[in-house]
Amino acid sequence: MARKEYSFYPGCSSERNASASNYMVSVQSMCKTLDIKLNEIPDWNCCGASIGYADGGELPRHVMNARNIALSQKHNPGQDIVATCAACWLGTKESVERLSKSEQLLADTQNILADAGLKVDINKNTASGVRHMVEVLIEDFGYDELAAPVKKPLEGLKIAGYVGCQTNRPFGIDGESFENPKYLDKMVEVMGAEPADKYEQKVTCCGGALAFSEPEKSQAQIKEIVESAYDHNADMIVTPCPVCQMNVEVYQEQINKTYNKNFNMPVVYYSQLMAVAYGSSAKEAGLDGQIIRSKKLEEIAEAK
Amino acid sequence: MNQTTSVSDPSPVEKYRNNFLKEVEANVEEGDWVKMCMQCGVCSGSCPLGSAWAHPPQELFMMIRAGQREEVLRSESMWMCTSCYSCVVRCPRELPIMHIMHGLANYANRLGLAPKMNPTKRFAKLFWDNIAATGRVNESRLSIKLYFMNGLVSGIKTAFAMRKVGLGMLKTHRLNLIGFFRAGGIKEKNQLQQMLNKAYEIEDKRKGLS
Ligand code: SF4
Ligand code: SF4
Ligand code: SF4
Repeated sequence: MARKEYSFYPGCSSERNASASNYMVSVQSMCKTLDIKLNEIPDWNCCGASIGYADGGELPRHVMNARNIALSQKHNPGQDIVATCAACWLGTKESVERLSKSEQLLADTQNILADAGLKVDINKNTASGVRHMVEVLIEDFGYDELAAPVKKPLEGLKIAGYVGCQTNRPFGIDGESFENPKYLDKMVEVMGAEPADKYEQKVTCCGGALAFSEPEKSQAQIKEIVESAYDHNADMIVTPCPVCQMNVEVYQEQINKTYNKNFNMPVVYYSQLMAVAYGSSAKEAGLDGQIIRSKKLEEIAEAK
Repeated sequence: MNQTTSVSDPSPVEKYRNNFLKEVEANVEEGDWVKMCMQCGVCSGSCPLGSAWAHPPQELFMMIRAGQREEVLRSESMWMCTSCYSCVVRCPRELPIMHIMHGLANYANRLGLAPKMNPTKRFAKLFWDNIAATGRVNESRLSIKLYFMNGLVSGIKTAFAMRKVGLGMLKTHRLNLIGFFRAGGIKEKNQLQQMLNKAYEIEDKRKGLS
């Protein structure tokens, strides 16, 4: 039996050939090393993401999340739900909170779920039973246990920990402050690299979904996030969020044009750092999925 | 199910005539928090796209209390919210500001008062229709629709400006053109659609919007 087992909510962006498919590849390698078993929720649906509010309203959004929770309770009973995407995590967790506070919302939701033969028990997966992968790593394993399997310390790398918004607020990880969370820096350190510990853009918002609808305004934010990493002599940025990863990586070329810059800063996931430190190949760590390749990390991965 | 409203109920405009605050409290997500605002301005300093907000959250709350219904509901301001939660963790009165912004945008949208051409409003609709159709995001369909959101000519321009991004995503297998033609999604698509339709129906009835 695996050391830990969770009900897994992968989210749309992690699907094959989707924008965060490389995240998923590295999470799988990381979980293999840590002996974590992820049981995917069968036929899970999208959480509605943060932008779902505009057309989804309240009840339809909560119904979407409740369907996932109900399926999880049916097929993976007794297991905490774990998400790798911050928006999925928040959406699900917030629905649990709202449903447990409003009898009417809960009654309406149950009524709708019943048509599909489903039922949600909000006492079984309370808000604390809906978790982010980073939370699981830090709270269920802890830094020492995460350090134990390190085979190839990421020596010589300086890494800017970009925490962003939604992994950090409003719930946060392990009681850390919202304005200066340090868990990413600690993870970087545990993997043997040097954190850029005064990276002042660590919680700046990348624009989220507005990177699509308000590109100029969002790219002004992203410019600060990348520029500061250069100011701190970082070799790369690390993030726990698929939207952050995508926004901060893929618009650098356009930002270069607009602002006359020369950005070419790799943006990787914490799980990719961990997979490499645990001895995975570049491919197993999903590094071939980076548009801006991280040569230094790839070199460590390929070194014997 | 307790039926609080029926079809013959007056529209929100009549029901809450001259009392926009009451209307917000009843019909906007987390709207019953508005009165708790003490106008300190912390939230307004927190929005990442702050300079783009004609009326930052603090001001919107003041306008709600002053009964400026049209100005609030037709505003582009709440459409500038990036869902960053900074306000939520900073407000000394613990108002769920972000959710109220989302709630105002959704309510304005459902009343047909939201600014028609606002890009976030339009993107949000593409996004929602995309997931409601199959239960999961189909990124390739979404991005193609996004490029053509502003019509054919500017669509081609957007697509051209974004071509390197798209190519990079394709090459690294993070975008899939076949996905444009094949719907994918969950198995129980119809079931989910029925559930969503029913949810809309119930919510509209409760808010007197049906
Ligand atoms: S920084 Fe951007 S992607 Fe990251 S959590 Fe905030 S909005 Fe989401
Ligand atoms: S931070 Fe809170 S109390 Fe202060 S103005 Fe904003 S909503 Fe009002
Ligand atoms: S969540 Fe929205 S309203 Fe709150 S600070 Fe961020 S952008 Fe402003």
